Amino acid sequence: MSSAATTSSGGQGGAAASQAYVTLMLGDQLCGVPVLAVRDVLAKQPIARIPLAPPEVAGNLNLRGRIVTAIDLRQRLHLPKRAPDAGAMSVVTEQGSELYALLVDQVSEVVTLKAADMERNPPTLPPVWAENSRGIYRVSERLMVVLDVDKLLQIDTGMAA
Amino acid sequence: MLLVAAGLWGAMDDLLPEFLAETNESLAELDLALVKLERNPEDQATLSLIFRLVHTIKGTCGFLGLPRLERVAHAAENVLGRVRDGELAVTPDVISLVLAALDRIKAIVAGLGSTGAEPAGDDGAVIADLNRVAAGEAAAKPVAAKSGGAAESASASPSASAPEEAPHPPADTQGAEGAVGAQTIRVTVEVLEELMTLVGELVLTRNQLLQLSRTQGTTAFSAPLQRLSHITSDLQEGVMKTRMQPIGSAWNKLPRLVRDLAQETGKKIVLEMRGQETELDRQVLELMRDPLTHMVRNSADHGLETPEERRAAGKPETGRIMLNAYHEGGHIIIEIADDGRGLDLDKIRAKALAKGLATEAELAVMTEAQIRAFIFRAGFSTAAAITAISGRGVGMDVVRSNIERIGGTIELSSTFGAGSCFTIKIPLTLAIVSALIVSAAGEKFAIPQISVMELVRVGHDTDSGGAGTDEKGGGTGMAIEHIGETPVLRLRDRLLPLVSLSSLLRMDAAAGSETTTVVVTAVGSGLLGIVVDEVFDTEEIVVKPVAPILRHVTMFSGNTILGDGSVIMILDPNGVARSAGVSSRSAPGAGEASPGQRSGTGERVALLLFRAGPAGATYAVPLSLVARLEDIPASKIEYSASGPVTQYRGQLMPLVAMDPGSRFAVRSGAAEDEAASQPVLVFADGERSMGLMVDAIIDVVHDRLRIELGGGQEGVLGTAVIAGQAADVLDTGHWLTLAWRDWFGGDKPATAVRHHVLVVEDSDFFRQLLVPTLSAAGYDVTAAGSAAEALRLRDGGLVVDAIVSDIEMPDMDGFGFAQRVRQGGAWAELPMIALTGRGGAADESRGRDAGFTDYCQKFQREALIESLRQCLAQQVLV
Repeated sequence: MSSAATTSSGGQGGAAASQAYVTLMLGDQLCGVPVLAVRDVLAKQPIARIPLAPPEVAGNLNLRGRIVTAIDLRQRLHLPKRAPDAGAMSVVTEQGSELYALLVDQVSEVVTLKAADMERNPPTLPPVWAENSRGIYRVSERLMVVLDVDKLLQIDTGMAA
Repeated sequence: MLLVAAGLWGAMDDLLPEFLAETNESLAELDLALVKLERNPEDQATLSLIFRLVHTIKGTCGFLGLPRLERVAHAAENVLGRVRDGELAVTPDVISLVLAALDRIKAIVAGLGSTGAEPAGDDGAVIADLNRVAAGEAAAKPVAAKSGGAAESASASPSASAPEEAPHPPADTQGAEGAVGAQTIRVTVEVLEELMTLVGELVLTRNQLLQLSRTQGTTAFSAPLQRLSHITSDLQEGVMKTRMQPIGSAWNKLPRLVRDLAQETGKKIVLEMRGQETELDRQVLELMRDPLTHMVRNSADHGLETPEERRAAGKPETGRIMLNAYHEGGHIIIEIADDGRGLDLDKIRAKALAKGLATEAELAVMTEAQIRAFIFRAGFSTAAAITAISGRGVGMDVVRSNIERIGGTIELSSTFGAGSCFTIKIPLTLAIVSALIVSAAGEKFAIPQISVMELVRVGHDTDSGGAGTDEKGGGTGMAIEHIGETPVLRLRDRLLPLVSLSSLLRMDAAAGSETTTVVVTAVGSGLLGIVVDEVFDTEEIVVKPVAPILRHVTMFSGNTILGDGSVIMILDPNGVARSAGVSSRSAPGAGEASPGQRSGTGERVALLLFRAGPAGATYAVPLSLVARLEDIPASKIEYSASGPVTQYRGQLMPLVAMDPGSRFAVRSGAAEDEAASQPVLVFADGERSMGLMVDAIIDVVHDRLRIELGGGQEGVLGTAVIAGQAADVLDTGHWLTLAWRDWFGGDKPATAVRHHVLVVEDSDFFRQLLVPTLSAAGYDVTAAGSAAEALRLRDGGLVVDAIVSDIEMPDMDGFGFAQRVRQGGAWAELPMIALTGRGGAADESRGRDAGFTDYCQKFQREALIESLRQCLAQQVLV
């Protein structure tokens, strides 16, 4: 249903038309991920933690025989930690033939939005959000942040590249 | 010419099958193309294809030294060349003639395939026909007639299949091809790849089944499952084998490349290749081919200087590029080194700044390694001029991403002016390995079985340390001991450095487990014990590379899914060793140091490695010289006027610090940390003992001691490569005399007559140990490395007063030497003292029979000096 090509080009391709987004919740914030970048949506999964990994990396999970690296978006976006008993859903995405599961609080519906309606990030957005956001939509009286998956997966490993 | 051919022969063995397969393919293609050309003589594309194919065959034949094939192909190429240039029309006759030539080539190739050599035969007629056409003389008719003649002449050749084939149309020649190509078929990598993936999945499923059956007890499924398991393993092995290739096949083209580059750039370059036979997975090899070529090209173009520059820099004119490949753990290490100009960090900084890759402030705080790493950035090239060869800035970034794609790493070390060395570490295979499953702090990990040497179950930590607890627990259960903060395990006769997996991975250790297990792993050329909580079983695991965001955690070489579906990390013992600060780097020359290859000074000695001194350098000392290792609590260290001392076994033992600035070297005003302790090497001789304060004991290893003398640093005999790392060899004499000035009886008054002693000893180390020892005792010393050398000195008129000789020496041993000395000559009456590593009355009496005056154990300095004194005293009396 998706491929690496669509993941990397993502929403830019749909400048003329409209774009479908998977909406998800992170804390109180509504966020959206281009539907073409999403391979799978998973309910709570057992996650094997990885010692010494960057804090954003929650661990590994097994998706039908493939190893998926789980990224905790709360950590990634500097949000407070999820309550230990709260289950996290994951949105699985692919980058460079590697699979990543983005851990979020809740995944909800798919919405289709006109590209022309996307607004630019307000300059006052906290830097970590500004870096990882492509823009803002107004969806049923709420603001939805369009997450830039490629940016989210650029995790500082503490090494000079 | 003949010599060259002979030299090529080894390479030919490898190349021939490949040549045959390729040529057969080309021939089949040629048949089709020629027929096509005949139908459509104006088809330039087909014509140039034909020309190229024939040209390639000719070229390869020439390279492989196949004169018969080359001549035929050359003649055919001439004809085709004329056709291509429009000087000759494409007529059926010309085509037939070329086809006849091809048939001849096929016949020869068939003979080559079955016997490995060109069959004998005369191709004069075919070649003459071709030449005639090429020369434009002959027209259609005679050629057609001659082509029959060619077939006849072929029938005279011993190759049985040739005459039948020659007149046949192309389609029928497939039989011959099949015969040649039967042993090998070409399979696309994708097919192999898919097979491997399937086998990987099969292995995982098998593991799952085994896991299930373990919980079920014996059922009707058990036996077939066992069989399935075996077959799966065999299948896996078979599929793996189809993918292994020696790395040399990726290097074949490099000598030529380097030669051409040398010509083009006017440099003198030699390419040295080592470890060509190292096998690795085909997929890995394919991915490495281009990076390697690129890097060698880089070395030749950027790395090495012109002969003039080299001369000016005081280097030999000819630059060297060294390629080396070897196995280390489950990895292949490939090194590409050159002795060229090295990386100019300033240039890189400037470039990085110019390209906007970093700001000046960022650059200022970067380490050298980080700055060097810029060359791996896209679009970065330090070559001042873009040459045709390299310098277009597409390169090192591609190299790195290629290597990282297969789960490898690349490191770069460089000394400005002295050269650079790229070290590439890549997994042996991307596929399946056998691994030991262990747990630490509740998490499971896999350790590749290939690096696991043994498992040792140990009881829990006992409180060791403090003087006086010597020789504790000789034969009882194994226990982890501590030297300072460093845990070690006394495993048989070695000290094994230990690391705790849970603390290394910064996980909370599971408290209260009664026993732990030490997984003894081979890292580089040493051993490392990894302390884990529990060991499960071994499992075949499918190695999957870790996600790029985890690549920096070098302790993991991959991850995998177990039979129960859980995802676990695969530990890389070498990475673990590096993280723990245990060097695992093997010496670059490790390949040539394999046992048995070295001659002469080849005694293996137990060496204690320790860290000491202001720079934290690694030192080595023969373990036999060290009486004990102690860990002395700070509270036990007292200070006398001459320095620190401790009460040791009822006596005062002076302590000497290797680092004058170390904590306990002088009494410090501040209150000492009571818990602190000081590792000490105790040297004892008779009543006297002395403690050398060092920073940490590293290991005990068995290795040959080859001292590369030099340095001239006080207290060090020289530097040697021990267990793959450089270590300074301790001059114990220097340190002993620091503690006791008269350790060697040195305070005796300078005798009126200084006696001259000849030392005959093959081991560099002992020679270097004996000479200062005897000098300190007041003797003039001459040293000889062998009995023969000593005898030459005698014949040269050297006058000595006594001889000290080793017994075990290559060529002529001590016994033989003594007999030769006693037989006559200037030294026949001299006192001779034998030195031996082994004692025993039998040996001793044999020594006396051979003519030795006295017999001493090596290392017993006092005994030796006493013996010398006595012998020489008797001499005077006589």
